[in-house]
Amino acid sequence: MSEPILELRGITKNFGTEVVTEVLRGLDLRLDRGELAALMGPSGSGKSTLLNVLGLLDRPNSGELTILGQDTKSLDDAALTRLRGRALGFIFQFHHLIPGFNAWENVALPQAALAGRMMDEHQATARRMLEEVGLGDRLDHLPNQLSGGQQQRVAIARALVHHPALVLADEPTGNLDSHSADEIFELMRRFHRELQTTFLVVTHDSRLADRCDRIIELVDGRIVQDRRR
Amino acid sequence: MRYELFVALRFLRQGGAQTVLIFGGAAFGVGVIVFLTALLDGLQNNLIDRTLGSQAHVVVRAPDLTTKRPFRLGPGEKGAAVVERPAQRLQGVDEWPKVMRTVEAIPGVTATSPVANGPGFIRRGQAEKSINVFGVVPERFDRIVPITPKLIEGHFRLEGGEVVIGQVLADDLGVGLGDKIRLTGTQGVSEVFAVAGVFDLGNRQVNQRWALVSLRAAQALLQLPGGITNLDIRVEEIFEAQALADQIERRTGLKADSWMVLNNDLLVGLKGQSSSGTMISIFVVIAVALGIASVLIVSVVQKQREIGIMRATGTTAQLIQRIFLIQGAIVGGFASVLGSLLGAGLAKLFEGLAQNPNGSPTFPVSLSPGLFVTASLVAVVVGLASAWGPARRAARLDPAQAIRSV
Repeated sequence: MSEPILELRGITKNFGTEVVTEVLRGLDLRLDRGELAALMGPSGSGKSTLLNVLGLLDRPNSGELTILGQDTKSLDDAALTRLRGRALGFIFQFHHLIPGFNAWENVALPQAALAGRMMDEHQATARRMLEEVGLGDRLDHLPNQLSGGQQQRVAIARALVHHPALVLADEPTGNLDSHSADEIFELMRRFHRELQTTFLVVTHDSRLADRCDRIIELVDGRIVQDRRR
Repeated sequence: MRYELFVALRFLRQGGAQTVLIFGGAAFGVGVIVFLTALLDGLQNNLIDRTLGSQAHVVVRAPDLTTKRPFRLGPGEKGAAVVERPAQRLQGVDEWPKVMRTVEAIPGVTATSPVANGPGFIRRGQAEKSINVFGVVPERFDRIVPITPKLIEGHFRLEGGEVVIGQVLADDLGVGLGDKIRLTGTQGVSEVFAVAGVFDLGNRQVNQRWALVSLRAAQALLQLPGGITNLDIRVEEIFEAQALADQIERRTGLKADSWMVLNNDLLVGLKGQSSSGTMISIFVVIAVALGIASVLIVSVVQKQREIGIMRATGTTAQLIQRIFLIQGAIVGGFASVLGSLLGAGLAKLFEGLAQNPNGSPTFPVSLSPGLFVTASLVAVVVGLASAWGPARRAARLDPAQAIRSV
């Protein structure tokens, strides 16, 4: 079980033009299929920046980033978007559902974007996925008609509906009470087990991190610790 | 449904008051343009109709008389000459039946009418008036200047010694149907006619001065045996009249004047009206475009986060751009339908405000299908064009930053 999903070599990322701030200082990292990894570190250590780079939302200044064996440097924006839509799923801290779309539409949108049209099959998959996360009775609810935990479930359904190889989660439980947080984390673990999806979860909560297979610690743009359990 | 359309429709629906405002503004703009154009077109058509109601589209007549060789100089003689332009007497068109056949063969000519026209006097008892004698063939002349539909009484057949005169002239002379009047040509030829009809062409000059008699009678009065002074022509497209007149001149060697030359003042006036109408429309279009663009820019800023999320979950920049372009097109399309209805409604309302005594509108408006097609095209193009900037802006948003913005 060592098929690489994602490989980083010497990734650096700077911000600013006059005063240059080095945020990522030469990172090497490899994530294999089926890993559940926690990314920890104090604020300002570069976690979010790293997640943006891994999520192909931001380009590194130097270094190599390979996703599913594909080098991303030569890809243009449209190709990056397609790779992102196909191979990656995102779960954000503040769920980031689109307010004007109901639960199933939010889940179906990524697939529809890839296909170029909204089709019945997208609706069917989205409904099945929402049933999986226990929201079969909330399909037509708008985000603001759902509780925080329910919103995050919809976000998980959206991130996993297309069976991505890698899900990037940015403090998915950071905004929830501990009971909901446990539920959400268990849901992610379930998908990790059932679908062999690789997860990289940014978290401050060491209780949750301890339930992961691997803990990566980032300080000042460098990986200072990477231990598997 | 296309993904872009699905999202665009939803964004518009979500826009609430903003969407209502942008639709209302654009529709109102289109409505103003439709109303204004209908009004101007109606006014212009009305003016042209009135002008051409008592006028041929093209008049063919003999070329002006010129002095061809003023002096005959012997060998070695030099002479200075002041060449005086000869006075223009009544001149017949040579071989007019042949000319008529030639002209009728030209495409675009719909009717021709030979006319013997010249000055004369009309007398009844002590009253004498100077008039314009028209010798015509009624069924032909009717197709150039429709007299029959404008008759107040009598008929327009001109058999034997019959004359048809205008209403003002009839009142001046105090005559009615069947009364006898005497017409005299300038050369002194004189004959008695019976009034067979009285017309009202809606033009005082014409109603006061025209006397229509048979071609043969006019030829006798004007001393033009067998001749005509001009050939009146009706054409299919009134704005092609000058081009046809030029063509007729080339083919016949005669002089041909179109109504456009004879009514140059009117044409200049109409053009001025059209250009001011166009200017106003352009300003309205600019205002509408700025309105649509500003609402869409606000919407792009408001939806930054949604755009970022969509970008993160597989929506390409190109799709984002299309989503906003489609919103512009939808606004334009909606505005064209609602605006056309609004403009047409306003125009009809305006038309109904003032009426002539005979029930016809004082300010007739012209609502042609072409106007709606043009207005709709303009609206959709303006919608797309004004969405272009906001759409590019949306497409260029950096997804990582956009997601973080609130």
